[in-house]
Amino acid sequence: MLGRTANGLYWMFRYIERAENGARLIDAGLRMSLTRSEATEDDWEGVLQSAGVRELYDQVHDQLTSSDAIDFLLRDHANPSSVMSCIEAGRHNARMVRTALTRETWEATNECWIDMKAMLARKVRPAEMPEVIDAIKRRAGLIRGAFHGTMLRNEIFNFSRIGTFIERADNTARILDVKYYVLLPAVSAVGSSMDNVQWESILRSVSAHRAYGWVYDAELRPANIADFLISNGRMPRSLAYCYEKIVSNLGYLAREYGEKHAAHETAEQTLESLRSRSIDDIMDQGLHEYLEEFISHNNRLGQEITDGYRFYH
Amino acid sequence: MMNADSSPRRPYSTYHEWYASQDRNRLIAKSKEAENIFRKTGITFAVYGHADSSEKLIPFDLIPRIISGREWRKLAQGIEQRVLALNAFLDDIYHKQEIIRAGRIPRELIEKNDAFLPQMIGFRPPGGVYTHIVGTDIVRTGEDQFYVLEDNARTPSGVSYMLENRETMMQMFPELFHQNRVRPVENYPYLLRQSLSSLAPPGCTGKPRVAVLTPGIYNSAFYEHAFLADMMGVELVEGSDLRVIDGKVKMRTTRGYEAIDVLYRRVDDDFLDPLTFRPDSALGIPGIMDVYRAGNITIANAPGTGISDDKAIYSYMPEIVEFYTGRKPLLENVPTWRCSEQPSLKYVLEHLDELVVKEVHGSGGYGMLVGPTATKRERAAFAEKLKERPGNYIAQPTLSLSTVPILVNKGIAPRHVDLRPYVLVSDKVQIIPGGLTRVALKEGSLVVNSSQGGGTKDTWVLED
Repeated sequence: MLGRTANGLYWMFRYIERAENGARLIDAGLRMSLTRSEATEDDWEGVLQSAGVRELYDQVHDQLTSSDAIDFLLRDHANPSSVMSCIEAGRHNARMVRTALTRETWEATNECWIDMKAMLARKVRPAEMPEVIDAIKRRAGLIRGAFHGTMLRNEIFNFSRIGTFIERADNTARILDVKYYVLLPAVSAVGSSMDNVQWESILRSVSAHRAYGWVYDAELRPANIADFLISNGRMPRSLAYCYEKIVSNLGYLAREYGEKHAAHETAEQTLESLRSRSIDDIMDQGLHEYLEEFISHNNRLGQEITDGYRFYH
Repeated sequence: MMNADSSPRRPYSTYHEWYASQDRNRLIAKSKEAENIFRKTGITFAVYGHADSSEKLIPFDLIPRIISGREWRKLAQGIEQRVLALNAFLDDIYHKQEIIRAGRIPRELIEKNDAFLPQMIGFRPPGGVYTHIVGTDIVRTGEDQFYVLEDNARTPSGVSYMLENRETMMQMFPELFHQNRVRPVENYPYLLRQSLSSLAPPGCTGKPRVAVLTPGIYNSAFYEHAFLADMMGVELVEGSDLRVIDGKVKMRTTRGYEAIDVLYRRVDDDFLDPLTFRPDSALGIPGIMDVYRAGNITIANAPGTGISDDKAIYSYMPEIVEFYTGRKPLLENVPTWRCSEQPSLKYVLEHLDELVVKEVHGSGGYGMLVGPTATKRERAAFAEKLKERPGNYIAQPTLSLSTVPILVNKGIAPRHVDLRPYVLVSDKVQIIPGGLTRVALKEGSLVVNSSQGGGTKDTWVLED
């Protein structure tokens, strides 16, 4: 397949993943502002940081208000990572690689764009927020469903999946990194209601608050939360799960092409470290440092895939 | 659809019976449904020069245009004759130029024309085929009476609409296809691939590898490029994917560079090779013309074919057909005044209110004057342009085009149409039974171009 097509698929699925995660972040932010009586602007600061657009926000706005922050995250074209920007970029890439997609996958993507463009044409009123967040998640779900139900399991599938999981790993790591301090045993007043809200919001940002209860007996504990999102191979948004998927999809490519690239080694090493290091060890060594290093390795992997499979030249 | 005595014309009789039994509101609802199908599928085109309208739908009318088998046979013979003449003409003007020597066409008309490529002189494309894909624009003025409007021998577009229109009709009204024996058009992508593969260059040893070259996602016909590549099962490439390596044109794949043997290009001549043509082109492949001339790639359609469908050449088509086939043309040309000739210019200026004046190099319905519907002021302004650069224009009478019915809110109403059948040329000429019917949606309008508010219909050729 063309290098440009592989690139288009990879980015199409990165953007769709990012759009969906953006909606989740906003959802978590809204939830936090509902459960707290004062200082909700600080919460949005955290959300902007998790989305990696805190500085960009300041370039566009003079002050931080919840209404502006939501709009910036949801539909501002000045923000390339806003939900609408991501849906547009995802659909743009889909259009470019249309010949590689099944009709169902393309149509789900195109309809997502048509719907969300209409829904996000104007600033969304607070009362409409739940409906909008729901629509984004549902639309992203339909794309995923069409993709899984109709695409051949070939190189096209592999590049798409790799895009999804590189993006997801990055997003989960960022969410943890922005809130890493609330997970540190030293500073947290364990059991305070303040911490509970913060912890829950981390889980909500990755739609994992229910699942957490099943795995860790419902009690919110920082080390368990970190373990769940970093090392738990059954949690579909954890770093370990993402890397299992990246490694297996790269493995299919290696088998089909009969050659390996630098990316294979990087991905396997990262997975190995995710499997072998205990969460206590990571917390002892410094969660922040660990996540920073992870994000930078994840970026490097993206670059190695881009080079190895000739996305650009 | 109707005869003068308001009985349905024969090919329409079965359809007419069905239509009479339909509830109008249901049809109007179906019409909306069709629009949704098109929007959802992304069957869109871009209109240049419109802000915030990068993707538009071409309106689809759900009443088919129906052509009898007998009329079609006559039409097809005429088209075949004309397409063979076009190829013979191209081969001649890039080799011996006998038609010029015979004094049938002025030399400067060819050699001073931008569409004439000196780089093609003395080169014969694989199989001697210049125009692999042709879309002849035709109008019908009465029973068995057809005129050719344009030959479109460069990169005719619109075939995806022919296919999607049929697909949509079969989805919405399956019963109609039981009642009428409509000849299929669905195998076009297969025939196209077969036809392109059969003209692989001499340098191709294995199974020919075909690719479609698009200017990219912002091109107005991008949807069609992607659609055709998909339906043929071949790669859709852009200039940036291609490079000349070891005397071959190769595309950058995830496994490395792989050779292409046949390139169905939807990029204009000018942009094909920055080393040979426009140096600022980012759409083409530097050096592809050398590969072409060395016999290592087939380019479809061949560069330089534009000289054959140029509007200035058009008026010579009857002579061209006769010169190369030795017979009178089966299809008529629309009488054409060449404004470069003084007596013609005088006539055109005096009869502006009856004529359609077109720019010689224009396309898409831009830069033309439809005399009978233009205002006095528009005609006066156009006359000035005409006097300034007469060589830039040709003029034709407005034909009393036949109309076909379209669905409107109040029922059905007549509108003017043209027809573009698609022709594939390899060692044989294949004409797809059907084509793209474009319809002027505005009452009384004669302009069918999609960029000017035209729509499309499914076109049925019946077996009989």
